[in-house]
Amino acid sequence: MSNQLRDSAAVKTLTNKLARLERPIRIMEVCGTHTMSIGRWGLRKLLPPSLQLISGPGCPVCVTPVSYFDALWQLPDVTIAVFGDLLRVPGSHGTLENARARGMDVQVVHGPEQALKLARKRATVLAAVGFETTTPGIADTIRRAAEEKLDGFHVLCGCKLVEPALCALLDGKPDIDGFLLPGHVSAITGSNAFDFLPRDYAASGVVAGFEPVDILAALVLLARMICAGEPGVRNAYPRIVTPQGNQHAQKLIRDVFVPIDTEWRGLGIIPASGLGLAPRYAHLDAARHYGLSLDPVPEPPGCRCGDVLQGRMLPHECPLFAQGCTPSSPVGPCMVSSEGSCAAWYRYERA
Amino acid sequence: MCVAIPAQLTTRDGNRGTIDLSGSELEISLALVPEAQTGDWLLVHTGYALAVVTEAEAAETRALLNEVLGG
Repeated sequence: MSNQLRDSAAVKTLTNKLARLERPIRIMEVCGTHTMSIGRWGLRKLLPPSLQLISGPGCPVCVTPVSYFDALWQLPDVTIAVFGDLLRVPGSHGTLENARARGMDVQVVHGPEQALKLARKRATVLAAVGFETTTPGIADTIRRAAEEKLDGFHVLCGCKLVEPALCALLDGKPDIDGFLLPGHVSAITGSNAFDFLPRDYAASGVVAGFEPVDILAALVLLARMICAGEPGVRNAYPRIVTPQGNQHAQKLIRDVFVPIDTEWRGLGIIPASGLGLAPRYAHLDAARHYGLSLDPVPEPPGCRCGDVLQGRMLPHECPLFAQGCTPSSPVGPCMVSSEGSCAAWYRYERA
Repeated sequence: MCVAIPAQLTTRDGNRGTIDLSGSELEISLALVPEAQTGDWLLVHTGYALAVVTEAEAAETRALLNEVLGG
């Protein structure tokens, strides 16, 4: 199937269809993995000027606030288990790489379960960051730590939900006609989770996979709904996404977490958009156990990641882009994460 | 960060499974996909299988592409 999804004739047919748009349209790709895929396959260059793609707040690393990283610096001598993408995000005191250079025990894990292994040897805090794709595995890990009565395991909750962020974005009445919806978040939530787009905001959305034909086919479906003035939600990734999603995973998230108000980088505090631990797991909360402060902290001076994350500014329009802020020396998180809009733009879209 | 890869389940033992990744074996959790069977294609992310890909759903993708390419 992957050959079919990279077929040049299909790409040509689809881009020809997109070249005949009845009016200019603006589509936000919500997910950082889509941003990378669009850059990697050079899709932006195949699209007509009347179809503008803008990146949204869908990179979990990019929307994690400075205060979260600063909280990790407040930890006593414990092992900090993090996903690799988090290592290079600058906080007020530096990056976690800097923390490691100063002797803090920061370990990169490829999955949350690995933190259980670390916690059996030494007190460990799992830096839990992610959207619905990553959260069920984190929830399962937390459930197992509680079952095992693993005293040394705690979690710093930074998991976030996509729907409240899209609502907050749309409440600001942005100039966006439709959304390319995140395929792997939808594998968990189901495509029905996005029915609020046409219902509450008269906006369209198409759930898309990550191959070039997946993305272009989703754009054609979006353009059709937008140009016809008939907002709706379609699932263009049915080999992975079902209307109801993964209900085991949804139940696990509901059992382990409760929705809480949380800070998003660039978007501020969004009600019920984060996940805190449910009362029966509250003893595993690292912020509570170690008394960490998560009060909002100012952004680095000059950083416009907030505007980029909301689609108000393209990466190269930021005065720091490729000047003071590059992938090897990033100022803001959108340049750090391999899936950040600025990093993708720097790598693929610079003239 | 939401990158996930398709892989085939080679063995299953309760909630644990192994997948074949271009010749190397990797242990994963099947806690989120209790219905998974040996031989199934899975979508795997951070050590957890998130979804099982069925033949019927793969056929739906082909039908959808035909619709978009043709219409």
